[in-house]
Amino acid sequence: MQHMSGARRSSGLILILALALAACSQDTTEPANTQRPEQITLLTHDAFAVSDGILQDFTNETGVEVQILTSDDAGTMLNQAILTKDNPIADVMYGIDNTFLSRALSEGIFEPYTSSSLSAVPESLRAGDQVTPIDYGDVCINYDKAAFENNGPSVPLTLQDLTDPAYGDMLVVEDPATSSPGLAFMLATIAKFGETGDYTWQDYWRDLTTNGVKVDAGWTEAYYSDFSAASDGTRPLVVSYASSPPAEVYYSEVPLDEPPTGVLTDGCFRQVEYAGILAGTGHAEAAGKLIDFMLSPEFQEDMPLNMFVFPARSDATLPSVFAEFATVPDHPETMDPGLIEQHREEWIQQWTEIVRS
Amino acid sequence: MKRPRRISDVFLVGIPLLFLAYFFAYPLGAILLKSLVTNGRVDLTPFGDVFNRGTLRGAIWFTAWQATASMLLTLAMALPAAYVFARYRFRGKSLMKAAITVPFVLPTVVVGTAFLALLGPTGVVDLSGTVWLILIAHVFFNFAVVVRTVGGFWGNLDPRLEEAARMLGASRWKAFRTITLPLLRPALAAAGSIVFLFTFTSFGVILILGGLRFSTIEVEIYRQTITYLQLPIAAALAVIQLVGVTSILVAYSTFQRRRTIELPLRPSEEVARSPRSTSDRLLVSGTLIISGIFLGTPLALLIVRSLRTGTGFGLAAYRSLATQTSALFVPPIDAIRNSLLIATAATVLAVTIGMMAAVIVAYRTGLFSRAFDVLLMLPLGTSAVTIGFGFLVALGKPVDLRTSPILLPIAHALVAIPFVVRTAVPVMRSVRQDLRDAAAMLGATPARVWRRIDLPMISRAGLIGAGFAFAVSLGEFGATSFLARPATPTLPIAIFRLLGRPGTFPQALALATILMVLTAASMFAIERFRFGEVGEF
Repeated sequence: MQHMSGARRSSGLILILALALAACSQDTTEPANTQRPEQITLLTHDAFAVSDGILQDFTNETGVEVQILTSDDAGTMLNQAILTKDNPIADVMYGIDNTFLSRALSEGIFEPYTSSSLSAVPESLRAGDQVTPIDYGDVCINYDKAAFENNGPSVPLTLQDLTDPAYGDMLVVEDPATSSPGLAFMLATIAKFGETGDYTWQDYWRDLTTNGVKVDAGWTEAYYSDFSAASDGTRPLVVSYASSPPAEVYYSEVPLDEPPTGVLTDGCFRQVEYAGILAGTGHAEAAGKLIDFMLSPEFQEDMPLNMFVFPARSDATLPSVFAEFATVPDHPETMDPGLIEQHREEWIQQWTEIVRS
Repeated sequence: MKRPRRISDVFLVGIPLLFLAYFFAYPLGAILLKSLVTNGRVDLTPFGDVFNRGTLRGAIWFTAWQATASMLLTLAMALPAAYVFARYRFRGKSLMKAAITVPFVLPTVVVGTAFLALLGPTGVVDLSGTVWLILIAHVFFNFAVVVRTVGGFWGNLDPRLEEAARMLGASRWKAFRTITLPLLRPALAAAGSIVFLFTFTSFGVILILGGLRFSTIEVEIYRQTITYLQLPIAAALAVIQLVGVTSILVAYSTFQRRRTIELPLRPSEEVARSPRSTSDRLLVSGTLIISGIFLGTPLALLIVRSLRTGTGFGLAAYRSLATQTSALFVPPIDAIRNSLLIATAATVLAVTIGMMAAVIVAYRTGLFSRAFDVLLMLPLGTSAVTIGFGFLVALGKPVDLRTSPILLPIAHALVAIPFVVRTAVPVMRSVRQDLRDAAAMLGATPARVWRRIDLPMISRAGLIGAGFAFAVSLGEFGATSFLARPATPTLPIAIFRLLGRPGTFPQALALATILMVLTAASMFAIERFRFGEVGEF
């Protein structure tokens, strides 16, 4: 066997080590001298993405540099913010949605701030003076067009249709205990069918269970293992987003004239994502500028193709793939964040009891 | 037993102890106290809540039994491969040895898609909703742990003992059962303990493949924390998990202490031979084919799918990885570089600290050494959610490390140290004292005895440990996902991101394939690594 000399080996190792140390230490030092621009930290979730140069534009405009910290998801991020509220790890938090908002507000992690651009955002998305709505997305059932084109049943139109035996073993949903769209869809059924009356949300889920609904742990398993339009799976109906069809077109490796999937506009749940200034920040002014920037047309119009959400500003221009293929339901289900916070655990437990049997 | 006198115990104990105290015990204590203390008093009612709930009690019971079953199944299924790799020489051996580590590194959400396709409703057999899917996935992930730990040790066992027994008329099976198996016990126990801890805290596999029916303590900690924000109940569960892991480790350490025998270790190159007889060839090829199918099918499926385009097969997904960065926020090459840097730093950290600690565990007897051993292993059996949030609560002062990039290699090293210790200790304990005495008698200084007798044998074990540490870091997802981390993702995080949006499935699998190749290449390189003057062992 050929051996490299020990000396060369170890110098290689030392080089790698030095590189590793350099890479690790470069971001840890606080800006000490005043010549460097002010730096603020944005805490966000893993789906956060912006186009190249957008954050640089913000720095050029305001002289403020933005450092990004990412968390796994909104729930993880909220936990992190609550655990560190005495000594916050960031200045701005973005990506908390209406299913977690109430808890964030009751924990007092935000400082009030009203952006001058808020007037461009529809009233229905706003939620008080502590957080600023940045974008929204609708969790809706998607269907595989091909599966309903041939001699099968026609595309279902309402949630109630899904309890029809004609759509038996066709739907896959996510577990609300571990999945954000799963929780949103469960909330949509609660908002739609209600907790009292002749036919409650629990009755609906009993019927879905009888009709062979499948429950997966997360969106990835549901969409990429069971949804027939995106995998070798057999289920043509999946809980996903209203923006999923344009994403299918946008990311497709072969050019598509139209998305292979469609959206059922009944029983959608609107998720609104907010940004807020974390209480205790030493950079409140710069943090406010970042929130203003996130509501600026430049940032708002950049969001759809990066995160597949709809901009909160009603005057933002949508990219063509959105304008052409995205569906915005006219009457999405919504729910008061306080009510969600109060009943989340109880509802999930009731749901689990029903679908497990 | 003696140990080289030149190296001070204080140093060897002190550094690992400080590391574990500051980066494990302190964060863990801080988050548990913060969660359980209300108005200045420790509130124990969450423990009552845990035991009063059927689902949580069920999760505790299921955690224990699936971990035991997974451990036994993994040992049984991987032992033949460990034997073949230890005892035989054949073509492509080092490549295959590197390749078996690939499953160990792959993110569970990626492997989950392959398992659901192969063993789901549309697969070869439908095991969905059964516990078998979970157990098989655990064997798949941990196969390499047994092959590398047991095989590494086995490869240095002197086969003449077994040959003598055969010569005296024992059957192959009897010679194995009465001679080899007892000698292998320390390595078997070491591998078993790691697999047990790994599966005891299993999260992704249970979540993705277990459906609504199966849940572990780790999954419940996650749900209580992330979905319900019920930190007190999560903390109570974490304490219960910790108590369970600690008692298993104490039992293991007692067991291992009694079984250690000094052995005539020999260089593995000398021990391995080519398969000669027909039965040898059958054994080698049969084992390799069966293991290859078991480990290779899910991997092959993932690779094939990464090459699938709308119209046929091609490299479109790989090309779009290079161009379309928006789904990832950074170019994938940055994720690769980031992963390699972190893995290198984590390996250096884990090997340095792990080998220091192993010297104490191997050569020192008594209660302290045993307690130290248990402490070293604990991070492997501790909830990733708890540790991740513990960092946030504890590491704000005096230097704010909570969001520092160095936390990633540190968190990975915590998980990797047990691997380094467990591969090194059985070898260290087996070095025969008479060899050292003979060298000393011939005039060697203690340091020279250490360098010429102990080091060559130990460095081989150190390399196996280093390989593990590198692999652990490349694939680590648990603690990493609960840290607030810089925007540049590691490879598993980047794959996870791509799997989280519509239309990017092929790209996710392309990146997963790159992770596979990177893992195999790293293992191959680490196996070839030789220390300057230390010869082949």
